[in-house]
Amino acid sequence: MKYLYYPGCSLTATAREYDLSTRAVMAAAGVSLTEIDDWTCCGASAAAPLSHLLSLSLSARNLALAEQAGSGSQILVPCSACYLNLKKANDALQNDAERRATINEALKAVDLSANGNVRVRHLLDVLSMDLGKKRLSPFITRSFKGLTVAPYYGCQCLRPYVEFDDPERPVSMEPLVEITGAEILSWEMGTRCCGASLVSTQPETGLERVCTILKAAKGADLIVTVCPMCQINLDGWQSKVSQMTGEDLSITVLYLPQFLGLAMGIDDKSLGLDLNLAILDGFKEKIIQ
Amino acid sequence: MFETDKNDNPTDGSLNVIQANLRPCIQCGTCTASCPNAEQMDLTPRKMWRLVILGRLTDIMASKTFILCSDCYTCTLRCPRGLPLTESMEALKGIAFARQETQFRNSRLFYEKFMQTVRRYGRVREMEFMTRYFTAMKNPLTPFRFAPLGIKLLGKRKVTIGFGKSSATPLDALFDKVAAMEQAQAGTTGKEKTP
Ligand code: SF4
Ligand code: SF4
Repeated sequence: MKYLYYPGCSLTATAREYDLSTRAVMAAAGVSLTEIDDWTCCGASAAAPLSHLLSLSLSARNLALAEQAGSGSQILVPCSACYLNLKKANDALQNDAERRATINEALKAVDLSANGNVRVRHLLDVLSMDLGKKRLSPFITRSFKGLTVAPYYGCQCLRPYVEFDDPERPVSMEPLVEITGAEILSWEMGTRCCGASLVSTQPETGLERVCTILKAAKGADLIVTVCPMCQINLDGWQSKVSQMTGEDLSITVLYLPQFLGLAMGIDDKSLGLDLNLAILDGFKEKIIQ
Repeated sequence: MFETDKNDNPTDGSLNVIQANLRPCIQCGTCTASCPNAEQMDLTPRKMWRLVILGRLTDIMASKTFILCSDCYTCTLRCPRGLPLTESMEALKGIAFARQETQFRNSRLFYEKFMQTVRRYGRVREMEFMTRYFTAMKNPLTPFRFAPLGIKLLGKRKVTIGFGKSSATPLDALFDKVAAMEQAQAGTTGKEKTP
């Protein structure tokens, strides 16, 4: 199995452990990743309100680079916001001739062109659909029996493009957690928004979102995420939210490939576990060797 | 056919596009019931769409509702008329930024500084972006809100390294081209719209 790889900006900085663990788990499972050379920012959520065309063109630049690797290539994207932006641009290139022409006119400025002949895949899509329980089980060397995991999907890997899971009642993470022997927390918050950039721009509202999710996760040993924005909102702000509510809401938060990597016996350094902001001592003692 | 405020003069015509998209709204309230941020909004999403249909730009710009949209796409997924609601909230943000509405200054600066970093380096260096944002906000107290997280990230050496490439890829050419194309486009639609 081969994929092109688009890490996106967060994975080079605040979410380096997501990058490290994605690469480590894929390599261990025999999947080859080729990073798109000279990729640039997808525009995040900032480009679209300022200019819709700029947002599409920034993403299309990366698709154009991917297309040079050959038509039909698949791009693996771990960040949900990047995934959605690349997917929107690919959708416009594939299905809207007028937009395709406009985007390509813009891309002339950087000597590139794109047709939309690649596939954009979220990491969770690839882990659950292409690899799945069957292909991953043989690599599992440890048992996490007795652990309870709160699977947190967030928004943009599920909506608005419905590709690999139910956008309101997702289950794609469950088999991946169950192969480790861990149990799934039954909760309603797996698809509830983490507040995204509101935590920075409108903190009163953003922190409320974080609070709701952390409260609901009580009873789990850890939350597992598949997006750098979700992760930093849930791990980076949990002490602040605990302070605000006067309730201890601290909980371990890991990226899904970190959790899987641990179960596969991959060493903690390769999974970037020293970079996480929220790993509780109890969890460390029990799980991290 | 729809009443419009006297003061409303959406020169760029952007509201007309959103308005046209929202016309099939049946005011069922599914969007409001689905929105995680509805409680903090001064107008519910349903009411916001009503104002859009009525073309009440002044009232819309006085509300904080669209700035509190966190792009979760739940309303878009559930709207029984299949309307592009998240994108419409995004477009309203764009109108507010273009009009330099003072109540959205912080959000606008956050978005603008982010894009300036992308333009200059091709990728976002998070710390540099935050510095530009706080400088632009000119509010010396605000960084303290971020201090606890900033210190944690610094401790993990997450804010300065990991850029991955020795030299950046500036995107000035692409930004300029898009701006030129949009200006040309605004020129033509503007002409068409002049009565
Ligand atoms: S869910 Fe759709 S149809 Fe119903 S009020 Fe909201 S926008 Fe209108
Ligand atoms: S996309 Fe925005 S308006 Fe719609 S439900 Fe989510 S936060 Fe609310």
